[in-house]
Amino acid sequence: MTDGAGEHAVHLAIERAYREEWTALLAMLARQVDGDIGLAEDAVADAFAAATADWPTSGVPARPGGWLTTVARRRAIDALRRGTTRTANQAALRHLEHLMRNDEPVADEHGHDRSGVADDRLRLLFTCCHPALTLEARVALTLRAVAGLEVPEIARAFLTTESTMYQRLVRAKRKIKAAGIPYRVPADEDLPERLGAVLHVLHLVYTEGHVGTAGDELIRADLCEEAVRLARLVAVLLPGAAEAHGLLALLLLTDARRPARVDADGTPVSLEHQDRSRWNRDAVTEGTVVLDHALRLGAPGPFQVQAAIAALHAEAPSWEATDWPQIAALYGELHRLAPSPVATVNRAAAAALADGPHVGLALLETLEDDERVERYQPLHATRAELLARAGELDRATDAYRRAIDLSRNQAERRALAARAASYGCPVAGPPLR
Amino acid sequence: MKYMLLLRHAPGTGPAEGTPEFDTEMAMWGEVMGELGTAGAMVAAHGLDTEATATTVRIRGDETLVTDGPFAETKESFFSYIIIDVADLDAAVAWAKRMPNATYGSVEVRPLSSHEQDG
Repeated sequence: MTDGAGEHAVHLAIERAYREEWTALLAMLARQVDGDIGLAEDAVADAFAAATADWPTSGVPARPGGWLTTVARRRAIDALRRGTTRTANQAALRHLEHLMRNDEPVADEHGHDRSGVADDRLRLLFTCCHPALTLEARVALTLRAVAGLEVPEIARAFLTTESTMYQRLVRAKRKIKAAGIPYRVPADEDLPERLGAVLHVLHLVYTEGHVGTAGDELIRADLCEEAVRLARLVAVLLPGAAEAHGLLALLLLTDARRPARVDADGTPVSLEHQDRSRWNRDAVTEGTVVLDHALRLGAPGPFQVQAAIAALHAEAPSWEATDWPQIAALYGELHRLAPSPVATVNRAAAAALADGPHVGLALLETLEDDERVERYQPLHATRAELLARAGELDRATDAYRRAIDLSRNQAERRALAARAASYGCPVAGPPLR
Repeated sequence: MKYMLLLRHAPGTGPAEGTPEFDTEMAMWGEVMGELGTAGAMVAAHGLDTEATATTVRIRGDETLVTDGPFAETKESFFSYIIIDVADLDAAVAWAKRMPNATYGSVEVRPLSSHEQDG
């Protein structure tokens, strides 16, 4: 029964099941095996491998989610039986065997129990983002377990080898199990701090996709899309968490500009020169609605402020017609909520546009002895830009050279060199491959 | 006088499990532990899980820092240990935060090895 069209339909069905079922299935199974994410992940991955092998000949089951749940559970039971005789494993085994005998009582059209799925997905996310794991491990684990990305994809995204990424994940999963990191949503008193850790991880995933820290391509669309998808999931699951909505709004409003951020050659186009007609208006609309919701919750935070800044850019018909005084004020607010030299750099850039380059340069001077930003490329790029606009071309040239030197992204280096040239700053520049 | 003996080794050194050398060493462990018991010198002995499973808690000002690993400042010295039995790492960390030295030193939270967990 496998002609070309049939094969294609099966392939699409598996892709669809993967997108729709992976997170919920893994999250539920991980709870049923006592929070052993490694065991649950293997079982779910095996179930999808079995689908890839079986469905082309046996056909797509009427309830793909139910089929996958049954197979994944069977694999988990096998793994538990092969495992040690530890009492915790025995309890998980009995629980799973009971579920297999009774199937699940509440089934919807997807074919398996959806009650508690939302909570399970949150449990999974909070466990993967537990502060007792390294930040690198949290990011990798979130992409693997929650987003369902394959290990080679994650390794590529972070420019590391598959074996390094594989080891990082194994170590993280082993730590979760051995150290007893609980599989649950934290208690109310810990929730704000722990939610902050989750949002930080998602923001990091997006940022990594938004500007690849190294390599030739500026944007890694897959990471951007996963970050938006996961931020949407958290916002839906925690409707009262203002910063969760703030992050989603920020990512949507930033991501709306993605189609205009590089030209046909892959060279980055700065916000100033972007073709605003290419911005994704649907994402802008959704981002604005989400931001309004966040602000109405009355608990301000850094992500909401950054989203408000992104919204001002999205509303502006042009670079010149942007509300720079308001943006500079919001960066001031951001610095108050979450002091950081990065906020100061952005505030300086906005203040320069509102009140002239000297005002921006004065703000940048406050960072002169700050070691944290000595190697922060945007500081030097911003200083170069403001110096050039103030007519101080020699100092601007030095700053451009420093910025180019600090950038590891080829596309970004080319753009900085072109910018310097447009002001007549003679940067010899690196070899432009 | 009571003393805590801190037994250390570099991972991967010592005889490998399943070799005759390993069996010889196990017999030596059994012998010395038995003698400690009969001499009335044994207070408590537990194996720890690997350093990779450690979590370190420190409090500075209003901020609680929970980090992966057994990281200690080189000037910090190991001055005490407490063995607790709680539901999970979050509960263990909550106790770790209550230790007064968490505000100026650090508290490493390390599970006992899996062989010790069910006993």
